[in-house]
Parts: sequence; C-alpha cells; structure tokens
Amino acid sequence: MAETFQNLLLGFSVALQPSILVYAFVGCLVGTLVGMMPGLGPLAGISLLLPATFGLNPIIAIVLLAGVYYGAMYGGSTTSILLRIPGEAASVMTCVDGYAMTQNGRAGPALAIAAIGSFIAGTLGVVGLMLLAPTLAEFALRFGPPEYTALLLMGLFILAYMSGGSMLKTLAMAGFGLVLGMIGIDVMSGYTRFNFGVVELGDGVGIVPVAVGLFGVSEILLAAGGAAAQKVQQPKLRDLIPSREEFRLSVGPIARGSLLGFLIGIIPGSAHIISSFVSYGLERRLSRHPERFGKGAIEGVAGPESANNAAASGAFVPMLALGIPTSPVTAVMIAAIMVHGVLPGPMLIQQQPELFWGFVASMYVGNVVLLILNLPMVGLFVNLLRIPYGYLYPCILCFCILGTYSVANSLVDVWILLVMGGIGYVLRKFGYDLAPVALGLVLAPMLELSLRQSLAMSAGDYGIFLQRPIAAVMFGLGALLLLLALKPLVFKGKDWREQLM
Amino acid sequence: MRGGLKSDQFSGLVLLAFALYIGWQNRVYPIGTLSEPGPGYLPLLLVIFLGAMGVLIALWGMRSAPLAAVKWTEATRAVIILGACGAATLGLERIGYRLTVIALLVFLLIVVERKRPLAVMLVALGFSFASYYIVGDLLRVPLPRSPWGF
Repeated sequence: MAETFQNLLLGFSVALQPSILVYAFVGCLVGTLVGMMPGLGPLAGISLLLPATFGLNPIIAIVLLAGVYYGAMYGGSTTSILLRIPGEAASVMTCVDGYAMTQNGRAGPALAIAAIGSFIAGTLGVVGLMLLAPTLAEFALRFGPPEYTALLLMGLFILAYMSGGSMLKTLAMAGFGLVLGMIGIDVMSGYTRFNFGVVELGDGVGIVPVAVGLFGVSEILLAAGGAAAQKVQQPKLRDLIPSREEFRLSVGPIARGSLLGFLIGIIPGSAHIISSFVSYGLERRLSRHPERFGKGAIEGVAGPESANNAAASGAFVPMLALGIPTSPVTAVMIAAIMVHGVLPGPMLIQQQPELFWGFVASMYVGNVVLLILNLPMVGLFVNLLRIPYGYLYPCILCFCILGTYSVANSLVDVWILLVMGGIGYVLRKFGYDLAPVALGLVLAPMLELSLRQSLAMSAGDYGIFLQRPIAAVMFGLGALLLLLALKPLVFKGKDWREQLM
Repeated sequence: MRGGLKSDQFSGLVLLAFALYIGWQNRVYPIGTLSEPGPGYLPLLLVIFLGAMGVLIALWGMRSAPLAAVKWTEATRAVIILGACGAATLGLERIGYRLTVIALLVFLLIVVERKRPLAVMLVALGFSFASYYIVGDLLRVPLPRSPWGF
C-alpha cells in the first residue's frame, strides 16, 4: 500500500506539470464538443486527434487522448438530456429520465448530476484501476464464449424484468433489436444476411442511426402536432443547481453505478455497453417509487451516467495491465502508445513506472478538469432550451442528419435514421419501450458469435452454460431475478397477466 | 366498438407478421447443426421468440385500449417532416451539404412553421455555414459539396 502511494506521488509529480494540465484541459474540451455530435463519439474524437499526438511525448499523448475519451463520454450525455439525442449506445438510458427532467424544467440538475456522477465514478474507477489492475485483469481473462453468452443474455433479461412498461413488450423490443443486429455479413460463414440487395447493409446496421432515429427523430415527430409541442423554457439560476433531495437521491445510484460499471468495464469485448442499461434497471428495482422512472427520476440519470463512466475507467485495466484492448477505443489508444515505442502490458509498470503512474494520476486530474469545465457550462447548455421549439426542432433534425452522415459518409445510414424515426414514432404510439431495441442491436453480433462458439466448443450441448461456474452463476442470477419479479404478484394475489402486459 | 380490435392485439399481430416475414427471408441461410450452427441459426431462434412474443401480446391484449383510441392528430405533419428529410437525403450528395440544409430549414421553417422569412434566412444560412465549418473544416469530416464547389 505504501509503495502504491509512493508510486501515485510519482504519478502526480508527472501529471501536475503545467504542460500536461493544459493538454488534459484541451483533451476534455475537444472530447466534450465531439461527444455532443451524434455519431462522433470517443472513437471518432480519438482517431481525429491521433495524428496530432505523434509529435508529443507518450505521457502527454495518452493524457490528451484520455481527456478526449472522458470528455466525449460526458458530451454524449448532454445531448441525451437536452434534446433526447443519444450520441452512442452508452447514452441511451440517460435519454429516458434525463429528457423527462428537461421537460419538467430540471435540465440543469440533470446535467449537474451527470457531471458529478461521472466525476465520482471516474475517480472511483481510477482507484480501482490503481489497486486492482493485475488481479481484475486475470479474472476478466476467464471470460470465454459461454460466459459472454450468459452475461449478454442476463443483461437483456435484467432490462426486461426491470423495465417500466410491459414485460412482454420489452422482450419483444429486445428481440426486434437482435433481429436488426442480424443484418449484414455473418463473420463466421461470410454470408450476407437480410441486406435486400443494399451493398452498404453488408456492414450491418449502426447504432447511431438507429438510436438517434428511435429517440431523437421520433420525439420530433410526436411533438409535431402542436398540442404536444414543447414550451420555451427559461431556466433561472437556482433551477440549474440540484436540490438537497436530488443530491440525496443520487448518492446510492452513483455508488452502485460506479461499482457495477467498473466490474462490467473490465470484461474484454464491448460488454461495457450493458453497464448503463443494467444500472438503470437496478435503480428502478431498488427504488421505493419505481413509477417515477421514465418521468424524470434523477436516479435514472445518476446511475447509468456513473456506470457508463466507471466502465470507461474499467476498460483501461486489461489495456494497461495485460496490453489487451477491450474495445475499439482502447485499441486506438494502445496504437497511440505503441507509436512512441511503449508496449503496454505486465512489464509496463516495472519498466516505465512514470508513464503508468503518470497516466493513472492524469486520469484523476482529467476527472477534476472535466468537472471544472462542465459544471459552469451547464448554464450555457441549458440556454439552448430558450430557443423557441419551432426554430429548434428543424435545426435538431439537420443536426441528426449531419451526425448520422458523418459516421461513415453513408446516405444509407441517413435513410436508416429516417425509417427508425418513423418506426419509433409508431412504436411509441402503441406504448412500446425503445431502449431494448438499441441494446438488442448492440449485443446481437457478440451474442451470436459467443453462442455459436459455445455450441461449437461443447459439440452442440447447451449444458455447457451450466457446467462453467461463471456462466452458471449468471444464469442462476437471471432465474433469481425472474422469481423475484414474480414474487409480489404471487403473494399479493394479483393477476400475473397484469405484470406481463 | 366493444368487439373491435384492441391496440395491443393489433401490434402483437404486426409483430407476428414481421417474425413470419423474417422467417421467410431466413429460409435461404443454412441453419447448420447444433455443434456447428450456421448463419440462419440465431435468426431462426429470434423468429420463434419474436413470433411467440407477438402471439402473447395479442392474446393478452384484450384489456388494452381499442385500436381506434390511438390518436394520430400529428401524423400529417409528421409525414411532411419525414418527407422533407427524405427529400433532403436525396439532395445531400447532389447539391452538397450547405445547400441541402438551407433548403430543408427554409421548407420546415417557412412552410411548416410559418416563421418570418428574414429570420428564417438568417437561421438557415447561419446553421448551414457554422455547422459545415465546425464539422467539415475543424473536425475534418468530409461533407458533400455542391457541383459549384461550395
């Protein structure tokens, strides 16, 4: 412990140099701006800045890119809260209650709690990274295809059983998302599936056009009638600060979201995406007033935002401790370090302690910079709502088209955006929850690959999911959640079909 | 109205029809075996799952609101907005980003929202050029230009 503390001091002596602080600030600022554009998430921001880091020393380069990463994660939540446009899958759950809070005139507290939750989760994530990196990384490597399958299915079932609306409709929407995820080239056989002759669909359906269409465009279409059109909001200064009650309600979700996000984040692959969904479901289940969720519950912002940011820190564990990229973002960051002749992995801590500990310390610094940068900007962002809705929504539509087109310079993506906007509009008319569609779409390729690999490993025996301890525990947990969901219905003598519908 | 179709029954049946359609499309992909699942394996499982959900939603949808109770008051404007966006998508790579955005904003603000032309022109020009500068020039995302070079 004393050695860790000493190493951390060494790290801070590196990270607190004025030049590094400036780069951390620039990284967070650029990341926040990039993250606010739908389509331009952390990966795009880091990729854009990567060539600019070639002339920098490795510590500055990684501090700059980590700042972009954190900034983009936070920037994505700003548009989710204010405009109901999730820039990426991780921000989808923030849309639900964050936007409802905006409609209730509480956009300021939602943004502030998102910033504070992200700061606390990011900082706790760094502590976890510092203390537990090697141990956790070894555990994460035990995840094989059966464990992935169990984790992904558990994530879907947790969302279904803890969602606000009908369980059947939620499961149906998750299934619809999974079907959308089947579009494109099958990586194991090379077959192009369900592309209907459109070559661009060979790459599959991206999350950005689907999420922005389902959430952003459908919202505009629903408000088009005039009767439901948005009022111009004129937030006062005191409305920007969370109340004491809102702070009190956010403490638990931030703590739980941080722990959950960090643990899910260390798992290689893109499993970290489910952290915000699972956190939202958990908070709803634990709440004494679950009916508030979906209507502007601050816990629905605090939990997923914290989980999302803690998962971002957790993703660095296997990257630094083992040199394994767990996501496209960490893969690009590894490339950025390797350009400078540094090899991430078990020897990094011994051979270049100033780089490892400088990076860890700079993550603390980056979280502080992000908070300092974003809290004063809450008022600025909220001023967007002063624009009359008649002027605002056409600009939001252009913004959605621009962001979606920017992902891959593809008109097909823009068509998908519009089709999804129409589908989202109709589904909301019939009371369907849209978040499971986004989750299903993101998880589909991973679920299919891990399921087929598991079956290949076991020669077609589904028993493999019960023979592997981690997978069995996850399935057991899923079954337990199912029983817990049914328990109150059985004991209160309610008609169980009411819960199903 | 008492005996009419309910909203959940209708949506459940639509889901079932969608599942059947996907199942029909999936027939061309090999299902494989349990030990070597093919590209049609998971889609088949999903079709069964989605179809089952559709049937259950339709069966338990008897208590839901009548289909006629679903109001579509904003549907005409929604279709106009979506149509305008579709037209903009067609024009994006033909007349360039800036002209497309100006045309879309002018249409939505003047025709749909009936705003004053001067304000509309300022918003359309400002948004189009500012967003192009930020995304196209600063962030270096290649955005389509018009045949006239801007």
